[in-house]
Amino acid sequence: MSIPADLKYTKSHEWARLEADGSVTVGITHHAQDLLGDMVFVENPTVGRKLTQGEECAVVESVKAASDVYAPIAGEVVAVNGDLEASPESINKDAYGAWMFKLKPDNAGDLNGLLDAAAYQAHVDSEAH
Amino acid sequence: MAELKQTPLNQKHREANAKLVDFSGWEMPIHYGSQLEEHHIVRRDAGMFDVSHMLPVDIKGDGVRAFLKKLVANNVDKLQHTGKALYSCMLHEGGGVVDDLIIYFMSESWFRLVVNAGCADKDLAWMETQRDKFAPGLEIKPRRDLAMIAVQGPQAAEKLWQALPGSEELTRPMKPFTAVLVGQMFVARTGYTGEDGFEIMLPEKAAAFFWQALLEAGVKPCGLGARDTLRLEAGMNLYGQDMDETTTPLESGLAWTVDLKSERDFIGKESLQRLPIGRQLVGLLLLDKGVLRAHQHVHTKEGAGEITSGSFSPTLNASIALARIPVGVAVGDEVEVEIRDKRLKARVVKYPFVRNGKALV
Repeated sequence: MSIPADLKYTKSHEWARLEADGSVTVGITHHAQDLLGDMVFVENPTVGRKLTQGEECAVVESVKAASDVYAPIAGEVVAVNGDLEASPESINKDAYGAWMFKLKPDNAGDLNGLLDAAAYQAHVDSEAH
Repeated sequence: MAELKQTPLNQKHREANAKLVDFSGWEMPIHYGSQLEEHHIVRRDAGMFDVSHMLPVDIKGDGVRAFLKKLVANNVDKLQHTGKALYSCMLHEGGGVVDDLIIYFMSESWFRLVVNAGCADKDLAWMETQRDKFAPGLEIKPRRDLAMIAVQGPQAAEKLWQALPGSEELTRPMKPFTAVLVGQMFVARTGYTGEDGFEIMLPEKAAAFFWQALLEAGVKPCGLGARDTLRLEAGMNLYGQDMDETTTPLESGLAWTVDLKSERDFIGKESLQRLPIGRQLVGLLLLDKGVLRAHQHVHTKEGAGEITSGSFSPTLNASIALARIPVGVAVGDEVEVEIRDKRLKARVVKYPFVRNGKALV
């Protein structure tokens, strides 16, 4: 199972990365794409939308099912990955490269409240039982 | 939770790293890595499905034909040649569908039915009740001792012949919807994908061995996920989604399987003749971006309806569905589908959507 050590995670299987410019990049984890299977559709939030922590803000759909994506922390959407519209399967190929959207966080410190790689691994293990 | 039932191929699925899920109480492979790849393999080459959870039922004795003329909505008098198959619904008195099934005519004293896994117990009880009423001398024999493997795709025949030396002579001349006995194997030229292929029933002890022979002939294992997108593209109904005991075949796109012309009196006929038909099953093609799914609401000029089966179509690279909507909406009309907080445009289209590898919409 691939869980990079330098990212933060949520129990709902999003990953978040603090960038040098202060923005936070968000995607879904390798484990999430593995559960969902072949991706066929991604619906991202619109740029400029203000999100609260835990808000439903995007949808990923595999052949099998639709799944909501939640904002890991509060902030404003400053960019979305438009490439996913044409090639949603890139999430299956590289879940950590195929980012979904970037937030300008209300408070970058909120990231500290998310799971680190070890805690996320423990969460994934607990869900498997 | 009750323990899941396993088919004789369970170990083969595990060896192939299948993702196993609960399907009607059976532990079945949903995919072996990629549902999309498995879908394309069946459209372009040859794939195989373990469908051993489905139940063959042999009905034997004097007067099987007369009993089946009472039991099912299609007319078994269409079966006049040994091995010929017929698709039919079995109805209750109210006209609702107890199950859909395939009937094979082997002799006047032996017909074989194949029913859905999730309906098997209910179907047996229903058939026994009707047997006791109309044909008490008949034997109804569930064949849990048989495994079933579906080999499907444009290369299915060639690869089956490689895997089963000597079978070509018997199976090459087979027309669609017929069956022959090849040794202890019951080989039917049927399927649930819209491609050429075979459904093969064989003793459960021989299943793993035969599966391995097919693997070595280059047939790829495919899961029930791909089976579902293939059958939807092929415009084939799924029991429990597209029709059930609350819907009649006439509201389910299955009027072609119901014989209302002959004098024959079958269970449910009176209701079908009496009940008004307010709903129809249609094909939908999504024009906006998104994915159609079962139970989404459909808005039409004649009123509301509902999607019964919906998915992304890997062959069309678009989203398609079967939907039950009011009569009066025609092919070519636009409707709206509620997906989350949006209303997306879809067009009513003829189905099947795909047949023999070719897009039809």
